[in-house]
Amino acid sequence: MFKKFSAATDVSGQTNVKSSVQRSIRSALLSQWKVDQDTLESIWPKKESVILVKCREHISIYTLHGEPLFFQHFDEPFFPTLRLVHKYPFLLPKVRIDRGAIRFLLAGAHMMCPGLTSAGGYLPPPENEIKAGTPVVLFAEGKEHAVALGVTKMSTEDMRRINKNTAVETVTYLGDDLWALQKL
Amino acid sequence: MATTIEEPISQAIPPISVRYCAVCSFPLEYCEFGSSFTKCKETLHEEDEDLYNKYYSEEALQKKLGSISLEAQSKLEKDTAAKEAKAEKKADAALKKKMASQVTIKRIERNKRKFVTSIHGLEAFGVDLKKVAKQFATKFATGASVTKNPQGLDEIVVQGDVSADIVEMIEDGVGLLKGVPKENIVEVEEKKKKGGD
Repeated sequence: MFKKFSAATDVSGQTNVKSSVQRSIRSALLSQWKVDQDTLESIWPKKESVILVKCREHISIYTLHGEPLFFQHFDEPFFPTLRLVHKYPFLLPKVRIDRGAIRFLLAGAHMMCPGLTSAGGYLPPPENEIKAGTPVVLFAEGKEHAVALGVTKMSTEDMRRINKNTAVETVTYLGDDLWALQKL
Repeated sequence: MATTIEEPISQAIPPISVRYCAVCSFPLEYCEFGSSFTKCKETLHEEDEDLYNKYYSEEALQKKLGSISLEAQSKLEKDTAAKEAKAEKKADAALKKKMASQVTIKRIERNKRKFVTSIHGLEAFGVDLKKVAKQFATKFATGASVTKNPQGLDEIVVQGDVSADIVEMIEDGVGLLKGVPKENIVEVEEKKKKGGD
């Protein structure tokens, strides 16, 4: 989504967000992310208001003091930015890819099943199955910090069973243009 | 990272502070996948010996191999080296282009004794055109704006004949104009075709 993105051409406008809308975003975040009220409060203090940055193709980025905090495509679930995930790695369910897949991921490729099912990868156990279409954080084998964010294309159980084709569609990754965009 | 995180947390969880590489902006452990690995490594070595050892000591390198085979690892290393060379080349080319790009200051006759000055090519030197336009406007007490020229490129248009002053400003590197080499300035005059003398 952010492989090619430049603030000069892709941003169409910045607006303040109505407080009622902010409230609904806040409750949406609480329900979508694994985050409690206090932590959300430290990420996004109640007194501060976020600014909505509208971009091409219905992408909306929300910034706090100019720093992108989270974004959304159309009315899909909210994604934290990768920098926010580095600070709070527990926001979304996590999966791990093996070492061989890292360099493809950093080139912006979607993640295929074998990269997740092999020895270096990690998928949550069957009882914590992740459904298809869920935002996930991608970690990498042998690395401490997250490397990308994506959406699952099939449930984790299907990944194990089918073990073929795209498992996680990459949304933003380390080194893409959203990463390069530190201030908006 | 192994299993799911503990559920009920009543207090705010403090953020983890991640140290990013000064060179490639990645978290330190991902430098090896960047396009400036050698440079990242050197910088870290100078800045922080301990952290350097954490990531690049023999032991760490052994552990890092993990599940992939030696063959794949060597391939990866080769890839990184190639990527690095490519990035270097690209940076070189960009610099060359930057040094070769010209700043055109054009004096355009608008109406016999009235002129506008257009400045084109400043953006190649990392200058914010809007801000520079504002600077010109306050300095010369005239209108200055950023417009697109017929070629679709951005240029600054200042009302009045201020070309000589602008050349001087660039030479002195006033305010935002710092870092624009004066060798690259070209002055042009454009007269109205009809009714010229």
